[in-house]
Amino acid sequence: MESKTSIRIFSAIAVLLLLGTVASYSQTNRAAAKGMVLIPAGSFKPFFEVKGAGKKTVRSFYLDVYAVTNSDFLRFVKANPQWSRSRISRLYADKEYLKHWESDFSLGKKHALLANSPVTNISWFAARAYSKWAGKRLPNMDEWEYAAGAGIADKRLPIEKVILNWYSKPNPAVTPHVGSTFKNKLNVYDMHGLIWEWVSDFNSVMMGSDSRSGALNSNLFCAAGSNGAANKEDYAAFLRFAFRESLKGSYTINNLGFRCARDVKQ
Amino acid sequence: MINYNIKIGIALLAFAAVINSCTNPGKSKEGNDSVVGQYEAELTDAPNVPRSPGYKYPEKVIIKLEVVEKVMRLADGVEYNFWTFGGKVPGKFIRIREGDEVEFYLSNHPNNKLPHNIDLHAVTGPGGGAEPSMTAPGHTSKFSFKALNPGLFVYHCATAPVGLHIANGMYGLILVEPKEGLPPVDKEFYVMQSEFYTKAKYGQLGLTDFDMEKALDEKPEYVVFNGSVGAAVAEKAMQAKVGETVRLYVGNAGPNLISSFHVIGEIFDNVHVEGGSLVNKNVQTTAIPAGGAAIVEFKCDVPGTLNLVDHSIFRTFNKGALAQIKVVGEENLKVYSGKQGDMIYQPGAETQKEPDAGAVKSAVPEKSLPERMEQGLVLFQSNCAACHQKNGEGLAGAFPPLAKSDYLMARKDKGAGIVLHGLSGKIKVKGKDYDAIMPQVQLNDDEIASVLSYVRNSWGNKGGLVKASEVSAVRNGK
Repeated sequence: MESKTSIRIFSAIAVLLLLGTVASYSQTNRAAAKGMVLIPAGSFKPFFEVKGAGKKTVRSFYLDVYAVTNSDFLRFVKANPQWSRSRISRLYADKEYLKHWESDFSLGKKHALLANSPVTNISWFAARAYSKWAGKRLPNMDEWEYAAGAGIADKRLPIEKVILNWYSKPNPAVTPHVGSTFKNKLNVYDMHGLIWEWVSDFNSVMMGSDSRSGALNSNLFCAAGSNGAANKEDYAAFLRFAFRESLKGSYTINNLGFRCARDVKQ
Repeated sequence: MINYNIKIGIALLAFAAVINSCTNPGKSKEGNDSVVGQYEAELTDAPNVPRSPGYKYPEKVIIKLEVVEKVMRLADGVEYNFWTFGGKVPGKFIRIREGDEVEFYLSNHPNNKLPHNIDLHAVTGPGGGAEPSMTAPGHTSKFSFKALNPGLFVYHCATAPVGLHIANGMYGLILVEPKEGLPPVDKEFYVMQSEFYTKAKYGQLGLTDFDMEKALDEKPEYVVFNGSVGAAVAEKAMQAKVGETVRLYVGNAGPNLISSFHVIGEIFDNVHVEGGSLVNKNVQTTAIPAGGAAIVEFKCDVPGTLNLVDHSIFRTFNKGALAQIKVVGEENLKVYSGKQGDMIYQPGAETQKEPDAGAVKSAVPEKSLPERMEQGLVLFQSNCAACHQKNGEGLAGAFPPLAKSDYLMARKDKGAGIVLHGLSGKIKVKGKDYDAIMPQVQLNDDEIASVLSYVRNSWGNKGGLVKASEVSAVRNGK
């Protein structure tokens, strides 16, 4: 397992080196690619099925091993002050943006506690801007769900249990560090049980009647999303999709963060 | 807390202002459906109910409800992470009037993990408000509706997965009073039944959480009134006085079970069936579907404790479905006497169904006194000594003595009748009154003869031999 990981990371780096001519990535950003793993191509049964479409295929892509941390995001804000708390436009983030930081460019007294915790209270726009700055992008929902569907690596623990255990306890005062939950079989940490995560197309599946994709029947709402669900007992997935449905791009929430993805061929 | 009180105060002031404005002549005419004024509704926690709107014309009513996810008591020593409308289970009671236009604000506390919304059964429109009220943590949604139909309605969270949100405590009642109002009563209470599907077994101490399997099987560990075991029992019981009329607004949140709502020792004078306009009279038990309600009314005629139960009775005795109303005041013995007597009941004693039961079938050879004393001692120890004591002294105030018993020794039947038929009522033994019950003793005539011989010739008693034939004579009423 470990050796495979390193091989994957190496190959990821190799690919990146080959692509070294692309864009003007800073040294920092190239180093950040170290924190990614290659997610091999594959197919999965989506939680909400488009009638007759069957399984969905996902091309291979890179995904961050860990969610973006407060210290990562602090670097981004320092490099891009227009995304700081006092300067960001209300169109791009509501007024709770980064409220757990002490100021525009400081985590304050809780720095040590917060530095390695996933950044939360950030909007979809901010997450997207960070990804772009890092030479990456947000994963789309299919990529995220596909990667998140891989079982827990060490423990014989179903994902649903992890999620249900997580939501059945109130939020801790400080979000735990990245890597403090589980690694999955694709060597990705904390996909469940630490925070919610933004995806690029978070508003494409609607349990309500105003689905953007048009693929779901509009009666979905009567059953509050239980029509068209692949597995009506997958309450953990229901929770995730309901959560995404409640979002708007400018929202910032206590337990909502993100991680980045990247194309294999850039 | 203080803030809250101030808010209530302001709400009440606003409310009073509204009442006044309503009584102003020259406002809109009776029957006109246009809105007159505006106020923020006072919301209450169970078992309390807000005051009646009591106005003659529709108002614009502002309702502010906050969703809070928090750990609270489910039973003594048992905690659960509830999701609540307003910080308690069941959620706040909302009271408006038919025709009111409601401006509804649903806030989702920023520390919550999940989005939530509200489906009010009082709302006409797809989703009952669920769609426009979908709210992410740290946000507030606003929507409006007009209360077209009067009645008592359930509200609940309808965010996927709906069953889970309801199972965790997200429900309450909204009363839409009819235009003409409800008849006045002395006391109104808010009672809501629901069940909880916990991983831990009923009563197991500690923090527990939702169990999917039990919810799918519809096998709850807990069935409760007002959100926890004993929420309205003993010192937390609802209070009423003799002579008062009581109206209960009863909801059933489910998520799965139908309630057979019953109050032990009361007959419902009126039941607004299913919370609607149909009034049934003189009802013992009313069915309340999951996601439904009922309004029940009765008069408290006598003092005592009224037990509110789900008459699917194991839920009451084993799963927590019990609430109480304590009624204080004067007894009314005509209506309810209490115990007026306690008589020995002996099946067959009158009818002599088994005339030969216990009788000696054929003449048995009578025993000598020493034989009877020996057998009698053993029989006395196993049949009589528990009450009358080994030394025949009895227990003061409870069991009369046999030793030197003037009462026993004076009886013509030598005591045979007492052993054969039992004895109850007042007797005087050695100057002391006793008023207890002695059951009949299951011995045959020969054995009774031995026991009586032993008793009548021990501890200073001198009564001579008792023969089996004498006992048989008493048995056969000779």
